[in-house]
Amino acid sequence: MIYNEEYETMPREALEAIQLRRLQNTVSRVYNTVPFYRKRFDEAGVKPEHIQSLEDLGKLPFTYKEDLRQNYPFGMFSVPMDNVVRIHASSGTTGKPTVVGYTARDVQTWSELMARTLMAGGATKGDIIHNAYGYGLFTGGLGFHYGAEKLGASVIPISGGNTKRQVMIMKDFGPTILTCTPSYALYIAEVAEEMGIDFRQLKFKAGIFGAEPWSETMRQEIERKLNLKAVDIYGLSEIIGPGVSVECIEAQSGLHIFEDHFIPEIIDPDTEEVLPYGTVGELVFTTITKEAFPVIRYRTRDISVLYPEPCRCGRTMVRMGRVQGRSDDMLIIRGVNVFPSQIESIIMETEGIEPHYQLVVDREGSMDNLTVMVEVNEKIFSDEIKNLQNMERGLEKNIKEMLGVSARVKLVEPKTIQRSEGKAVRVIDKRQI
Amino acid sequence: MRVEQISIFLENKAGRLAEVTRILGQGNINIRALSLADTSDFGILRLIVNDHEKAKEILKEHGFTVGRTEVVAVEVEDKPGGLNKILQILFEAHINVEYMYAFVQQSGQNAVLIFRFDDIDAAVDVLRRNGVTVIEGKKLYSM
Repeated sequence: MIYNEEYETMPREALEAIQLRRLQNTVSRVYNTVPFYRKRFDEAGVKPEHIQSLEDLGKLPFTYKEDLRQNYPFGMFSVPMDNVVRIHASSGTTGKPTVVGYTARDVQTWSELMARTLMAGGATKGDIIHNAYGYGLFTGGLGFHYGAEKLGASVIPISGGNTKRQVMIMKDFGPTILTCTPSYALYIAEVAEEMGIDFRQLKFKAGIFGAEPWSETMRQEIERKLNLKAVDIYGLSEIIGPGVSVECIEAQSGLHIFEDHFIPEIIDPDTEEVLPYGTVGELVFTTITKEAFPVIRYRTRDISVLYPEPCRCGRTMVRMGRVQGRSDDMLIIRGVNVFPSQIESIIMETEGIEPHYQLVVDREGSMDNLTVMVEVNEKIFSDEIKNLQNMERGLEKNIKEMLGVSARVKLVEPKTIQRSEGKAVRVIDKRQI
Repeated sequence: MRVEQISIFLENKAGRLAEVTRILGQGNINIRALSLADTSDFGILRLIVNDHEKAKEILKEHGFTVGRTEVVAVEVEDKPGGLNKILQILFEAHINVEYMYAFVQQSGQNAVLIFRFDDIDAAVDVLRRNGVTVIEGKKLYSM
């Protein structure tokens, strides 16, 4: 089923006409209201009136996460704070989070996109939606919540955690749609099994899972264990939150990008050259309807591929493949963004530790495990077990406090962490994604 | 009165301990006493050898992390209650033992106890005042 038939199945030509008009409006708005963009555009020698066709998008400079950070917290907003009704922030923990704002109309746009998303994932107004995405600064919980209400479905705003209670509510309330991260879905399944509750006795028919990378194998596992159809959703707070793209339940093949609100591009992350459809590269988005926080050619660092063939569900918008990885070294551990450089700065604060470390990410059952291997040198070595263990526990505590993610610190013998010529191999990701 | 002990960091994986003994054997180093403390991830091998300088050097050459600590060696008659007598003395003087291990001398008459204390001087003082034989490093290395 399609929530907004008119837009979601619009012929390309009509869609592109709308995109161009909206792009021109956005470009002129940011040029006139956000000093950062004016400066960037001036440096690139481009004026709003130079955008005469969609191809002219390529004349505009890229926006990087670092730009958002440097304009923390509200410097990238394009409306006065009077008009901002909502603030969210990214889970990114590199220094300051990325702060995003929404006007009342932005919230409406987002709700519409999430209603489309839910319906693409199999939900209708008659459904009960068990929303186990976190509520708060993270966009997941409230994004789905507003979409569910817009759709007219009943939403259970359960948020994350307290899994036994979640299972009890699933049994008693009979929700039909599950929304959460894929790893949490599998964890719920494990807890339900321990409680002696079989998902076949529950009423779920579909689940919309995202906010972290997952694989086709994991989809099959979720579908089997939770007895529902699983679809992939993509979004990031810098663009709008969830609701940038979603798979349809009919095809489960590629995520439909809501192109009437976002223009996608795929670029070579090194040369920044725009790549043709079908080529793997980094996703770049330009928002064309957002008021409070428009972004121009935002470098997502997510690696994917775009393909334009229409889908059998009837939607005409470009689809993106599953996110295959990152063009930087960011890891997503249990939904939290982690950069190796952050772990590095934490371990380097410990007197005597050398920068020989490596992060190993593994998936045990449905949970991601992060192990930080640190080489023991003479400065930190002790003949007493407790001293070495205190060092491990201390580092674990600092990582948990600073990054909000649990890690296991493991001391290893010197020279056992593989040395590479040039760039050190900091991350070994053993997860099957 | 002080004895040099070397300690080696070992990951808990097959063959690491054998690698240490192989290197020491090839370097003609004789092990006088040893103890291995371990956790699920790693172990600390503590050794008293006939030539700690050389042992440390060759182990480091092979990439091991090697530490050096001063410990106290005490001689005690090899009969029931021997260890307890020493521990009572230390307990009454409020001296904390970080760790200890023991070996029996070839003659079979005496046992040697190796103690790691935080405050070596205080411990040695107490032991001597109570008539306990504290063995010199030189004597122990060549035993």
